[in-house]
Amino acid sequence: MRLPETESRPSTALHRASPRVKLVAALMLVAFTALLPRRLGPVYFAPAAVLGGLWLASRMPLIYGLRRLLLAQTFILGIALLCLFSPSARPGFPATVCKSNLCVLALLVLGWTTPFPELLQALRRMRLPAVMLTSLALMYRYLPVLAEEARRMERARACRTFSRKRRMAWQNLGVILGRLFVRTAERAERIYLAMCARGWR
Amino acid sequence: MHLPDGFLDAKTALLSTGVAAAGVGLALRQARRTLEPRQMPMLGLAAAFVFAAQMLNFPVGGGTSGHLLGGVLTAVLLGPAAAVVVMTCVLVVQCLVFNDGGLLALGANVFNMAIVNTCGGFLVFRLLKRVMRMEDNRATVFAAAFAGWFGTVLASITCAGQLALSGQSPWSVAFPAMALVHMVIGVGEGLATALITMAVLRARPELVAGTDGEARAPARGVLGYGLLIALGLVVFVAPFACPWPDGLEAVAKSLGFASQAAPPLIKGPVSEYRLPFISSMAAATAAAGVIGAILAFIGAYGLARFLAPGLDAAKKDAPSGN
Repeated sequence: MRLPETESRPSTALHRASPRVKLVAALMLVAFTALLPRRLGPVYFAPAAVLGGLWLASRMPLIYGLRRLLLAQTFILGIALLCLFSPSARPGFPATVCKSNLCVLALLVLGWTTPFPELLQALRRMRLPAVMLTSLALMYRYLPVLAEEARRMERARACRTFSRKRRMAWQNLGVILGRLFVRTAERAERIYLAMCARGWR
Repeated sequence: MHLPDGFLDAKTALLSTGVAAAGVGLALRQARRTLEPRQMPMLGLAAAFVFAAQMLNFPVGGGTSGHLLGGVLTAVLLGPAAAVVVMTCVLVVQCLVFNDGGLLALGANVFNMAIVNTCGGFLVFRLLKRVMRMEDNRATVFAAAFAGWFGTVLASITCAGQLALSGQSPWSVAFPAMALVHMVIGVGEGLATALITMAVLRARPELVAGTDGEARAPARGVLGYGLLIALGLVVFVAPFACPWPDGLEAVAKSLGFASQAAPPLIKGPVSEYRLPFISSMAAATAAAGVIGAILAFIGAYGLARFLAPGLDAAKKDAPSGN
């Protein structure tokens, strides 16, 4: 799994800005865009222009941005299609798709300029409860580890089973994920001991 | 079911953020009180586990595949309070790092997928485990299978309610589309939940909180989630699902100022409700939901009967797995 952090990033003024400011600004920009009226109009140029400027200022590579925007389309179009089925909501379709994409773009720029650990620091200063913060930090740390472990188990399974029956595939995958959960629990116990050894609490 | 930004209006986003914040706050308080310190890292690790599990695809057929959603599974394995925290973490990282689901819609997504899905599923799981007179492991597998289906469908219904309440698409369209699609997805989710629960039961039965769920989740806490879900259903779904005028309207009418009231909050859905085809569509979906629930119930029972003997046989001579 490739986390956004693994990309090499430039160091622009946006990257150096306080994560708290960036988070609040992103939230405000998203709220403004998402709450625009459901009719395409000139007012849509305002967030688009701001985001275009931010994209340039953050020096986010074009391919990186477009690829992630493309990935978001399944969710956006899937739900936006619902309004094509009713005459009263149909005129809102282009505006909704447009809005959604602008909001995704805002989050993309936020993610590109602000690594997740910095966002966590910002959230800590905004008084997010400690249990939540610890969980988020641990999750982010062990995401690539467990994803790699899952993929390794799946590869080992693929090497050993040749059945093409769907029932077997489901049962095997169930066993793999159950096993992965057990390993996760054991890892959590080891992590707790390691944390205690290093003076946690 | 991840709602992107731009689909909800201000009142729906605020309402669902409020309910979601209440639910997560309740879960955090309960987690701090009931979990031992040594279980704290498990919350973060379980969130990473759900994320990793979502990357492996179950073959569905016709070249398509689906993946686990994981809410009900987490609730069965860790208990409801931990599951709410875990799923909230998953959704926050999905939103901020991978751009799945919007920032303004985060509250709605947390409410649907981290509270309604997990706790709704867990309430059904607990109820079924208590009611069914079955051998313990078999009852767990059966209840997990049905709860997986039920939680998925319930979450899709509140999601449809949020879309309708914000005027994005009328209830008569959103409800059948969301509910019917998720009744199918739910079958896979229930099956995967049962299979994974069974695999964990085989390897380390003490890790499944559902087996001593009574001890880990005090009745009062579970009641809180039940109330929150009921509140969500009342706010997001009841205005559309009831054919009679809602209470506020009735009060306004009896006091005689209905005529001078401001334009109604919810216009589209109500006027379209009268169309014969469309309204029968919503009714048909509700009927299909009842039939689907019965079928899922029978299917889950069959699954448990079919697979659980293997569970007991394996338990006797199981190696101490590694």
